[in-house]
Amino acid sequence: MSSQTTTDNDYESASAGASSDVASFEPHRKGFVGHFHDMLHTTPALVPLIVLVGAIIVFGLLLGSKFFSPFALTLILQQVQIVGVLAAAQSLVILTAGIDLSVGALAVLSSVLMGQFTFRYGIPPAIAVALGLTVGTAIGALNGWLVSRVKLPPFIVTLGMWQIVLAANYLFSRNETIRSQEIKAEAPFLQFLGIKFQLAGATLTLGVLLMLGLILGLAYALRATAWGRHVYAVGDDPEAAKLAGVNVHRTIMSVYMLVGFICALAGWVMIGRFGSVTPSASTGMMGNIQSITAVVIGGISLFGGRGSILGAFFGALIVGVFELGLRMAGADPQWTYLLIGVLIIGAVTVDQWIRKVSA
Amino acid sequence: MTKTLTRKAGLLGAVALGTLMAAPAFAAEHASASACLITKTDTNPFFVKMREGAAAKAEELGVELNTYAGKIDGDNETQVAAIETCIANGANGIMLTPSDPAGIADTVQQARDAGILVIALDTPLDPIDAADMTFATDNYKAGVLIGQWAAGQLGEAAADAKIGLLNINISQPTVGVLRNQGFLEGFGIDLGDPNKWGDETDPRIVGHDVSDGATDGGRRGMENLLAIDPEINVVYTINEPAAAGAYEAIAAMGREDDVLIVSVDGGCPGVDNVEAGVIGATSQQYPLLMASLGVEAIAKFAETGEKPEATEGKNFFDTGVGLVTDNPVEGVESISVAEGKELCWG
Amino acid sequence: MEPILKGRGLVKRYGKVTALDRCDFDLYPGEILAVIGDNGAGKSSLIKALSGAVIPDEGEIHLEGKPINFASPIEARDAGIETVYQTLAMSPALSIADNMFMGREIRKPGIAGKIFRKLDKAAMEKFARQKLSDLGLMTIQNINQAVETLSGGQRQGVAVARAAAFGSKVIILDEPTAALGVKESRKVLELIKDVKARGMPIVLISHNMPHVFEIADRIHVHRLGKRLCVIDPKQYSMNDAVAFMTGAKVPDEAQAA
Repeated sequence: MSSQTTTDNDYESASAGASSDVASFEPHRKGFVGHFHDMLHTTPALVPLIVLVGAIIVFGLLLGSKFFSPFALTLILQQVQIVGVLAAAQSLVILTAGIDLSVGALAVLSSVLMGQFTFRYGIPPAIAVALGLTVGTAIGALNGWLVSRVKLPPFIVTLGMWQIVLAANYLFSRNETIRSQEIKAEAPFLQFLGIKFQLAGATLTLGVLLMLGLILGLAYALRATAWGRHVYAVGDDPEAAKLAGVNVHRTIMSVYMLVGFICALAGWVMIGRFGSVTPSASTGMMGNIQSITAVVIGGISLFGGRGSILGAFFGALIVGVFELGLRMAGADPQWTYLLIGVLIIGAVTVDQWIRKVSA
Repeated sequence: MTKTLTRKAGLLGAVALGTLMAAPAFAAEHASASACLITKTDTNPFFVKMREGAAAKAEELGVELNTYAGKIDGDNETQVAAIETCIANGANGIMLTPSDPAGIADTVQQARDAGILVIALDTPLDPIDAADMTFATDNYKAGVLIGQWAAGQLGEAAADAKIGLLNINISQPTVGVLRNQGFLEGFGIDLGDPNKWGDETDPRIVGHDVSDGATDGGRRGMENLLAIDPEINVVYTINEPAAAGAYEAIAAMGREDDVLIVSVDGGCPGVDNVEAGVIGATSQQYPLLMASLGVEAIAKFAETGEKPEATEGKNFFDTGVGLVTDNPVEGVESISVAEGKELCWG
Repeated sequence: MEPILKGRGLVKRYGKVTALDRCDFDLYPGEILAVIGDNGAGKSSLIKALSGAVIPDEGEIHLEGKPINFASPIEARDAGIETVYQTLAMSPALSIADNMFMGREIRKPGIAGKIFRKLDKAAMEKFARQKLSDLGLMTIQNINQAVETLSGGQRQGVAVARAAAFGSKVIILDEPTAALGVKESRKVLELIKDVKARGMPIVLISHNMPHVFEIADRIHVHRLGKRLCVIDPKQYSMNDAVAFMTGAKVPDEAQAA
């Protein structure tokens, strides 16, 4: 490229004679902070885990054996089981850079459907549960279709769906609570996930085991299957994922359908935990905020593609530990909300720091 | 005016003192008995008064008291978690104003199985015997009193009254049903099913709406009712904040002199509103008494194992109700606004 | 010699705008064909038609003499045409290995793969490492590091390596040096020559005339939605090329397409 370039061209004339050195590919900065930063980058669930262990230790020291007992510690698991299951669902959506405001309402509607199918229409409880799960999945599919095909923002779609589902819940249930005694007598299967067993002072329910199994199963699927990698890729950059050969529509549909299914499961967990079926359960109003809180404290980025579902589980547990610990200490409940607010802002700050990779 | 101010300042001091005493709860580890108070929310003055009454009595008897509250009215989950905390803390007794009287029954049973005395305050559980005892205002009677008073005020015109009812919320909690149906009964209307509102066929009823027991909700609900029939002349409200909201809506139409508003609660702002003519009459209840009697019962239970008994002829312990108005109606027992002010809360 | 990738009479309209106007295209085996043209000349529509990202309204495309109709980039990829997009189409938060295998992951053999759909990470990492070192990119030490921790040149390198690893017939490179500094551009140009040396035909879209004239065997000049001419970089200057592109100069009959 000599004879031509000597003429009066104005393209990068300087670069023509530039050295042909290889670009430098040295590893980036190290040192303690660097190492820690790398570790957080590869294992984002580490921060909430540290906070969780720290919180348990602090409350253990403050409250002694009352808190540091198998009873109290497993009580936390029981208290977070609904939010934990919803947070698992919320994690999936948020990993795709979406958000689902309808999770709590969907759980309540599913529990109401399971109950009313059994009591109003006399459908066998097992089939009623299956129907509830099916409806949950179908509503999830509708959310997914509106997001993926109609290209509406997830926030808008699920904001609408939240109201629709909540209203449908009140209309369908006619505001009737199905009492625990009736369920126990006539359809104990609905309370299946409430079955308790004792283990050296610890109390576990099937609902708690379901939550743990769900979290571990999803953690495996996200980490070790192609589907999981696609969920991350779609959340990170849907355009890039599409060009790289990921079926973005199918991935988003699968996520929202799975989320609907998991929310319906949460509805079944609710029947187990509260015994009764209540259309006015506050999960319908607050389940979305609670699950988003757990997910954010768990270090999952609201911008999608980053974080781990274990983090969200730790996030739910952190909230549970704070709530129980502060309650047992007799503190004003407002302190709990105040601290959770601090945690949310702290978690997002850490997330921003982790994302700054080339600093 | 000066007198009111002084009294209010004194009240404020008492509240502050109560809070101070309640806050360092785990300093009193060696108390003879421990009690939990779980209210629907911790912002409603009714529950603030309840906590105040409980805290004062607990201090007097040396009972350790922990208080909990739901995030919003209707928040069953937080109340369930609070009961579980009380079990874990090894409390002797729990006083509970249930947000979801049927939904929470299972958790209450767990507490009773753990040997804890459970007293429902203000709102009975569903079924009522799910708790060891209920300390409450006779809400039905409270309703009947304002119903009778309203009918008495109207006299002949009661036969052509146009009635709007502002309830609490669409889930029809027991307390809301009792007050509503009591009012209709007192007014002389056929109830249909006394366990729910909305099934009455009397043409004098314009409609039922909800207020969430708050001023903004009351105004919105009243506007809805006025949209159905602007000629409404009798308004039942679930409580006084809802009544204040309803009054705003009515005044906006310039009909404040033609409409009779009745309410239930007896909070100080409510009684002030009776004095100001915003509310015609209100049935006053006594939350402070409920809570202090509850603490007493728990202390006694911790000491002797004896459970409280129901008021004769009722399936709960009646803490009393008084009709507050300066326009008494013959045949309906009432107290004056001045007396009501002495006894009011919030 | 028969072109490996051939387009004839390609037309693509967007509403009233005609992006491709009966355009022809030829890529011969083993060559680097540069595609140059002014902004809006329809270069990217041409490339998208060849890579399956848009479906032409009219015209035919032949790969190795056989007619093809791609409905998506995935179909083009399955047929052996790999494209490195200007945006690189990589997920920054995922690892190099994850990105190289995105959409074509390898599953473990046996039950773990069939029922639990477990990925064979070891095999994928080994393959990725192999491909990177083939292209002399093994200075990247950790195959599991996130792509966003790489420099621009390294990312480009990984994207080219991905295309070279899977593209069996044709590789299309869209502005591979546009976002890079001088040194990194140099490195990437070496990489492209490396890939060509393995006998892989390459389509290179670039605005950078020195880069085009350095590595292209032939230059396809695109103007007003069609191929204006094909020139030999050894016989024309960059100024000529720019003049053709902008219409300041009309090519001889001999070169005109």
